[in-house]
Amino acid sequence: MSTDHTVVDGAGHRPAPFRPDLYAGAAFVVLGLAFAIGGSRYDVGSALRMGSGYVPLALGGLLVVLGLLVVAMGFRGGDPSIRDVQREPIPWRRGGLLVAAIMFFGFFVSGLGLGPTLFVTTFIAAMAGHGTSPLKAALTAAGITALCLVVFVALLQLRLPLLGDWLGG
Amino acid sequence: MDGILLGLETALQPTNILICLLGVTLGTAVGVLPGIGPTATVALLLPITFEFDPVASLIMLAGIYYGAQYGGSTTAILLNLPGESSSVVTALDGHQMARQGRAGPALATAALGSFFAGTVGTIVLALFAPPLAQLALKFGPADYFAIVVLGLIASIALASGSAVKALAMIVLGLLLGTIGQDQFTGVPRFTFGVRELYGGLDFVSLAVGLFGLAEIIRNLETKNSSSIVTKKVEGLWLSKDDFRRIRNPVLRGTALGSVLGVLPGGGHVLASFTSYSVEKNLSKEPKKFGTGVIEGVAAPESANNAAAQTSFIPLLSLGLPAHPVMALLVGAFIIQGITPGPNVINDEPELVWGLIASMWVGNLLLVALNLPLIGIWVKMLSVPYEVMFPAIIAFASIGCYSLGLNSWDVFAIAAAGVVGYFLIRWGCEAAPLLLGFVLGPLLEENLRRAMIISRGDPTVFLTRPISASLLILAALIIIIAVLPSVRRKREVVFQGEDD
Repeated sequence: MSTDHTVVDGAGHRPAPFRPDLYAGAAFVVLGLAFAIGGSRYDVGSALRMGSGYVPLALGGLLVVLGLLVVAMGFRGGDPSIRDVQREPIPWRRGGLLVAAIMFFGFFVSGLGLGPTLFVTTFIAAMAGHGTSPLKAALTAAGITALCLVVFVALLQLRLPLLGDWLGG
Repeated sequence: MDGILLGLETALQPTNILICLLGVTLGTAVGVLPGIGPTATVALLLPITFEFDPVASLIMLAGIYYGAQYGGSTTAILLNLPGESSSVVTALDGHQMARQGRAGPALATAALGSFFAGTVGTIVLALFAPPLAQLALKFGPADYFAIVVLGLIASIALASGSAVKALAMIVLGLLLGTIGQDQFTGVPRFTFGVRELYGGLDFVSLAVGLFGLAEIIRNLETKNSSSIVTKKVEGLWLSKDDFRRIRNPVLRGTALGSVLGVLPGGGHVLASFTSYSVEKNLSKEPKKFGTGVIEGVAAPESANNAAAQTSFIPLLSLGLPAHPVMALLVGAFIIQGITPGPNVINDEPELVWGLIASMWVGNLLLVALNLPLIGIWVKMLSVPYEVMFPAIIAFASIGCYSLGLNSWDVFAIAAAGVVGYFLIRWGCEAAPLLLGFVLGPLLEENLRRAMIISRGDPTVFLTRPISASLLILAALIIIIAVLPSVRRKREVVFQGEDD
């Protein structure tokens, strides 16, 4: 659709497709299909009495079309707004640590209570930093945990137990 | 004007002033941290505000928003690290001024310009929101559907990246908004039997994930090595000559910002870019822009703040958020049991006018508080990122969990953060997704209502004059946004410094 970038050197010498557009487009197609198929399992109804599945099915279909357009854009030179931007490697390990930290919090906060969960969460998160040693991460985690307990428990009086059921709190 | 008086009465109650002060301080403290823009700041601090009653919590939120914007400008000027696209322009000349040892005047200009623009914006808001709400009361479901579509489409035209991707992100947001119980039939959709998802995805988690976690992962791609140019900020006062030079840029920036701020989808970004180009074109020495001229700070900062104020007009009169921060406010309204829309201004006058008046009070507090406390904010800037981001992760987790004591809200942060990181990496902006998510239920409800009223006749959207004209406008915007020549012009505006 955004046709301001045309391939100059003819059909025979097309540059390689622009990867980020292919990925983004594919993601939209997959998500669109998922919502459309999921939506079609609910009562779709008619235009007069739209059922629960009508809107998800229609929007899912639209997302598939848009995803295909994005893929097409990738074959026609790529999205000009990010084409020339340098992309750094994906920080898999650091990102993974952050996700692990948040998941840990979600899984254990009710069982272990706010204090211990927060310490472990911030420790795992801090380990994602550039050049952070375990000792430094532990110190950071201790400081942040103390700060959060003061702010959220003492000042804002959130009803979160400091120690969870598993620890007899 | 009765409304304003009522508002001032509400806003000037000692507890509310205190809450506004708390919001402004917290907002500045978090907003000043590099890499955290106003949207992320508001999302992160949102859970705290739910501790208060509706009026107080919204006053606090508005305070956080202004504080965050001001904090963002401070970071842009001192570190050359704009937290959000609207302060990119401030950084151009502001940072150069800081390098020349004129950080004080740059910060003072930003504060005073913002205060003046905020005052004017508040008056514009008070004048235009009530009549617009009256008008909106006559809207039927078809008109409402059309206005939501227009709002969503307009946000594409103002996004800086690819229009197709922005549209896809909106649709994805709309789809995510359908998760949870269907409001018409009560059927749970896409919940996979998880009871906690019946109420829908938690929008605070979504916002924190998209704007907080995704941003942190992105920042961890490279080793962060930024240093402050000035450890000490001195000479906050402007000279007579400075005052003379900023007078007209502030006035023009305020006017531009007031008008453009009403536009859905990021009028404040457009306002700051446009006002900068305008000043550059009007200047006798356009070449000096970018080397640290005070006009280059005054104009965009005023435009940005005036726009921040007038972007409340569609929110308070139509219930339509103009940009992601407004979308967060809609979420806050809903959590407080208030449905944003044309009725709010009549049903909850104390709340709406109190909010409007406290914005002005908040702006005043910013000038009174931020300039004297600048030393503290500068200290906050020197907190290393390695310490800061674990703290943000902790705040985000506690905040989202404390809202409903629901672990799924915490898992949602992780999911939204990962998905957001990749989509942003692939050139898709997160803001349209959040707008779509917030407006999705409104869109579906009005679509289904309109179709029932019209007995399944889809032409209803084109036969009602209001809805027809709004939809035609939306179609025009799409056509313009994808037309090559206009796109190129738009890119020039967004690159600003090249014209």
